[in-house]
Amino acid sequence: MIALEGISKSYRVAKRAAGFREAAKALFFREHTVVDALRNVSFDIREGDIAGYIGPNGAGKSTTIKIMCGILVPEAGSCSVLGYTPWKQRMDYVRRIGVVFGQRSQLWWDVPVIDSFEMLRHIYKIPPADYQRTLALLTETLDLGDIVRTPVRQLSLGQRMRCEIAASLLHEPRILFLDEPTIGLDAASKIAVRDFIKTINREKGVTVILTTHDMSDIEALANRILLIGKGTLLYDGDLPDLRSRYGNDPMDGLILRLYREHQI
Amino acid sequence: MSAYLAIGKIRFLAGMQYRAAAAAGVLTQLFFGLIFLMVYVAFYDQGGAGQPISLREVAAYIWLQQIFLSFIMLWLRDPEIFSLITSGNIAYELCRPCRLYAFWFAKLLATRISGAVLRCFPILLAVFFLPAPYALPLPASPAAFALFAAALLIGLCLVVSISMLIYISVFWTMSPVGSSLMVSVAGEFLAGMIVPVPLMPGWMQTVAYLLPFRWTTDFPFRVYAGNIPIGEAAWGIGVQLAWFAALVLFGQWLLNRALRRVVVQGG
Repeated sequence: MIALEGISKSYRVAKRAAGFREAAKALFFREHTVVDALRNVSFDIREGDIAGYIGPNGAGKSTTIKIMCGILVPEAGSCSVLGYTPWKQRMDYVRRIGVVFGQRSQLWWDVPVIDSFEMLRHIYKIPPADYQRTLALLTETLDLGDIVRTPVRQLSLGQRMRCEIAASLLHEPRILFLDEPTIGLDAASKIAVRDFIKTINREKGVTVILTTHDMSDIEALANRILLIGKGTLLYDGDLPDLRSRYGNDPMDGLILRLYREHQI
Repeated sequence: MSAYLAIGKIRFLAGMQYRAAAAAGVLTQLFFGLIFLMVYVAFYDQGGAGQPISLREVAAYIWLQQIFLSFIMLWLRDPEIFSLITSGNIAYELCRPCRLYAFWFAKLLATRISGAVLRCFPILLAVFFLPAPYALPLPASPAAFALFAAALLIGLCLVVSISMLIYISVFWTMSPVGSSLMVSVAGEFLAGMIVPVPLMPGWMQTVAYLLPFRWTTDFPFRVYAGNIPIGEAAWGIGVQLAWFAALVLFGQWLLNRALRRVVVQGG
């Protein structure tokens, strides 16, 4: 369903040391360093998987997600999702996926959530009957109730995140990419989000790829773990396999051992 | 309803909310229109004979400029699009099955139309009833009016396609200040918004005629006033369309280039 083969991506970053002299120098000579965000990353994800994509900050998680969503173009390698090359057939492809970036908002800040949903209905050309049905289902399972009639700026983070996730599922995508969906959420909201992800995976067969720093998310959800560090894929397997190799330590300690082992 | 219409409609409705801004705009524009006209009345009194444009035509030019200000001003910016690019929220826009150029175009177009709808009628009503040299004269002929309406709408699309280039430039510059200041200062002058183009020195007119800006302002208003005859006006609309096609093609090409090398800012 998702196949990445030898994906590489690098960024050019301008650098200078602190101080006036250095700043003046940078006016004329700007030093760039090339940062390899991804080096030869390959993996496959099967239909119906919930894949947890983990790794320290700056490891390349978001970059991979953005490449799989067709937002970034890699320098090398191939990527096929649902038979599409995301950055080449962007328009046809993005119709079939849902994306949540936990640190950004897709909802319109000043108007009630339902207005953003209506807008998305037109963008994705969702037939009214399908829209009503999906919306009713999402409202019930995510416990949206009255909050969809509240302006986004007056929602709490947990309420907003639930609406963000609903917004990404209105067009009933077959794949859902979640980039840190539980960031900053309290225990109750986290569990609500997790339960919901499990439900749509089980009942609608939506394939989920999520990045997170919260290892309890991984424990609760993922049947597949991909670990990335310094742009390289370091581990690819399932949770029991990880357990059999590293014992039954708490997840955080286990991941830390993996990081140490690979010196990242 | 297509996505482009939908975003346009939402933008239009949102713009209609700003009643106080519209009321303030009406007063400001009446005030500036009168001040500008007083200057021209004085100018034509003191040996303005034999000018390539008459005072009556200038009155039409000035008032139409004030009435349709939000159709023609280049400095009207949409901070939302700028912040999308600089903050990296463009990630979401790129996950939508929409052509980004058309999507932003529809959004900008609707913002301008909603700005004009609220303001144009009160000003229109007021300026028809002003005393003689200050009043907005009727169009030169019904044909001139029809051509004016067409030219104004194509001009509006031209303004949006020019401002799209400013938005796209932000992918490289990361700040809208430079490009929008340069384009709006130079562009508004060359569009005839400061001094009507026929009153400019010859060489400057040549420059203005070579650039797209005057087709947004100077051209439709002079068609209304009858300063540009019907036959020439029909040709002019062809030129407008050619400019529009060229600017849209260039903008789309530039945007595609920008997106291919896009760096989504922030993690």
